[in-house]
Amino acid sequence: MNITLLILLPLLTAIVILLMQNATQVKWVSMMGATLQFVLAFVLLFSFYKERQLGNTSQMLFELKYNWFPSWNISFHFGVDGISVAMIMLTAFVVIAGVLVSWNVTKMTKEFYFLLILLSMGAYGFFISLDLFILFFFLEIAVIPKYLLIGIWGSGKKEYSANKLALMLMGGSALVLVGLLGVYFSASIHSFDLITLSLLHIPIQTQLICFPLLFVGFGVFTALFPFHTWVPDGHSSAPTAGSMFLAGISMKLGGYGCLRVATYIMPEGAKEYASIIILLSVIAILYGAFATMMQKDLKYINAYSSVSHCGFVILGIGMLTKTSIIGSVMQMVSHGLMTALFFAVIGMIYERTHTRQVSEMGGLLKRMPFISTVLFIVGLCSLGLPGLSGFIAEMTIFMGSWQHPDTFRRVATILACLSIVVTAVYILRAVTKISMGPLKDEFKNLTDATWNEKLAALILIAGILAIGVAPFWFNDLVSPGAEIIMQKISPITIGIK
Amino acid sequence: MIETLTLMKPELIITFIIFLLLFIKIGKGVKSETMLLLIQVLLLLNFITGFIFNSEGNLFDGMYQTTAMMALQKNILSLGIYLISLLFASWFKKSEHMLEFFILMLSALLGMFFLISSGNLLMFFLALELATIPVAAMANFDLDKKVSSEAAMKMILSSAFSSGILLFGISLIYGATGTISFTELPLYLDGSPLQILAFLFLFTAFAFKLSIVPFHLWTADVYEGSPIAVTSFLSVISKGAVTFIFISTLYKVFQPINEVWYNMIMILSIASMVIGNLFALRQQNIKRFIAFSSIAQVGFILVGISSNSAQGISSVVYFILIYIFSNLAAFGVASAISSQTGKENINDYKGLYQTNPFLSLVLVLALFSLAGIPPTAGFFGKLFLLTAGASKGSYLFITIAALNMIISLYYYLRIVRAVFMEKNEQPIEKIEIDLSAKFALTICAAGIVLIGLLSWTYDYIQSLS
Repeated sequence: MNITLLILLPLLTAIVILLMQNATQVKWVSMMGATLQFVLAFVLLFSFYKERQLGNTSQMLFELKYNWFPSWNISFHFGVDGISVAMIMLTAFVVIAGVLVSWNVTKMTKEFYFLLILLSMGAYGFFISLDLFILFFFLEIAVIPKYLLIGIWGSGKKEYSANKLALMLMGGSALVLVGLLGVYFSASIHSFDLITLSLLHIPIQTQLICFPLLFVGFGVFTALFPFHTWVPDGHSSAPTAGSMFLAGISMKLGGYGCLRVATYIMPEGAKEYASIIILLSVIAILYGAFATMMQKDLKYINAYSSVSHCGFVILGIGMLTKTSIIGSVMQMVSHGLMTALFFAVIGMIYERTHTRQVSEMGGLLKRMPFISTVLFIVGLCSLGLPGLSGFIAEMTIFMGSWQHPDTFRRVATILACLSIVVTAVYILRAVTKISMGPLKDEFKNLTDATWNEKLAALILIAGILAIGVAPFWFNDLVSPGAEIIMQKISPITIGIK
Repeated sequence: MIETLTLMKPELIITFIIFLLLFIKIGKGVKSETMLLLIQVLLLLNFITGFIFNSEGNLFDGMYQTTAMMALQKNILSLGIYLISLLFASWFKKSEHMLEFFILMLSALLGMFFLISSGNLLMFFLALELATIPVAAMANFDLDKKVSSEAAMKMILSSAFSSGILLFGISLIYGATGTISFTELPLYLDGSPLQILAFLFLFTAFAFKLSIVPFHLWTADVYEGSPIAVTSFLSVISKGAVTFIFISTLYKVFQPINEVWYNMIMILSIASMVIGNLFALRQQNIKRFIAFSSIAQVGFILVGISSNSAQGISSVVYFILIYIFSNLAAFGVASAISSQTGKENINDYKGLYQTNPFLSLVLVLALFSLAGIPPTAGFFGKLFLLTAGASKGSYLFITIAALNMIISLYYYLRIVRAVFMEKNEQPIEKIEIDLSAKFALTICAAGIVLIGLLSWTYDYIQSLS
């Protein structure tokens, strides 16, 4: 199949949205667009499987290349491997759920959906790009819609949060840019092409400078400690769909970039800085978990726990084993689905109770059985209950990490494991307080989820269960991609200190 | 004779238009709307003819030279002038002295054309004066406003000062090398102290015209005091023309001493970006704001110039082309608002999107392009400048430049925030935009979106440099 459809479809949807007259039309057009994206993602998944079964073992499938700015050696080079397909599936799930839960947006509906769809276009473009310039282009395209989504439709200190988010993410991408330029000029062929660059040897001096630039730059997107500060503010101020997109898709751009760009083309750099990466990720995991314990606002709880969960992604990449990298990709997808669902539920609760303070709620299970059940599921997924995606992902990362015999990595793994206990504390405490206990008087007349909310939740839960119950299909999808990355790394990791 | 005609075609056309307008001025009785329409058509024709019958060659013993690249640069300026004539139509119509204004503006343009084509320091000096003095008169065109004459005064004094420095530099160069011809100069340049001193003076004069820090102090006051049409002319057309000649003198004439000017440019570029950005953070007046942000933009252009390669020339020309569209769009919106309501403060723009969606969208698009955010053309412009600059391999320089993009993003987003997010008790009411201004804003918006995405524009420029 032609994977440019993944960019063209959102673009077309966005243009049609602009031409629509009223809010109802806008909603249905975006719904149709999101559904088509969803279908397209599945078509991609199955045709990917089919190609692989037919014995096509090339690294990237469905490759396309159009020249663009030939004088700089920039081209539209697209292609997917298992990792990208997994991320595209995640994006499609979150987009359709995001469109569904924002059904009640009344303020500037057209602009709202336009930005949502534009954001999804940036994400798809990022995941299928094999040219680093194009990848960077899509990375930046995805920033401004977030800024506007938070600033216009957000709540609380929205202007501050929007500014903080835009500046920090743009700062991250500035570092990425410098790193990319360094790679571009020091490679023996001046090229932005990922495949070309991966075949060349980047001089070690360049790797030592450019790897941290690229890793930290992408790391800002995925809440690498100490650049995570935009996460709590950004997520808590954003509208529901905005939070879902931010945590579900946008933070994954960073993780994917760290893995696919920084680690893949500069393995020596990754090896050199591995212990720092591990240290920072363990700090993020523990700090995020303990900070969540102190939070009283539901959105802050999920935002800080996202910092902690995204720490696992970085940890998996930093450990540089095949298993941990697979786990890291799994964690990205799992956390994307889970956190999107969590924010969706928070949005549903807030819309009814008009509060996000855990202490002000109670007994909601009696009036809102569906929403409370979903809240339980997502909470259990977050604390890593077997059968749900969170368990599989974290388990895989721990298994990958434990393969290293040295004390430092063992201690890091144990510390990261400990955070699960903390997660259980805050999740169970919050979920129990919200759904159990006596029902307050002012919540007597609350209604349960509407059709669109139910549909959104069910789609995301289906994703979580699919990974949780049958992780092998996911493993089969991702592992060839991880294998190729490992081939670059493993000749170096032998004799790791 | 025929050769003179074809080679000097752009200059001759401009001269012809100037004389035509002078004759029309003598015989009176033409309504200002018709007059403006005529001028717009003439400028459009001027722009179109820029693409045909172009040839390369020298005239008057190499005093005047022209290449395909120069023709393109002149065309870019012609396009800018055409857009200005459309954008500020409502202001022109109100003015009693519209014809004089255009005569002055075209004279300045003529000067810039000669400037780009000059092959000799003497020619260069004359052209630069011709390009500067009419602008000072234009700055004074809001006759009833005191700030306007103040701006004109500041402009003329500072440019006289810089002309003095330039002349001194030219005399020193002549003393040190014995020639003022651009083609002969590189043969005699060997980096002796006297030559470097002379170059320093010449460089200072350029820095004055381009308002590079620390020679930028005249910029903000002049930009704020002048009518918006003049401010946009100064910040886009003048700056573009001087940049073009600056880059070609550095690359061609002063190539033997490129280590000297590389370091100078690097330091001044960082200073311009940092100081321009930091001052822009605090500005309330939109014109002053754009003045400081344009100082930072010049810092960015210097990053591209520092590369000393063909990529450097093409990325700078490409950036100027984009800059014309983005900056003129921003000024066009500011002018539409200030000519109807008199409001020029950023705080007045709060809630603009509710009342004027078209203006807001164009403004935001222009600001995104100036800030360098995809998919606008400014993203590609800035990125190529950075890429060209990075070819020299100075990571620190490029990192500082990239981080400055973030500072600039902060203040560009301030306007975006005001327009889209903040509430206002008395938002600017619905503004009736002139048809021609609307047309020009649409062209600018289309340019901002398309120049980047259609890569052949860059390849075309690249093929010429």
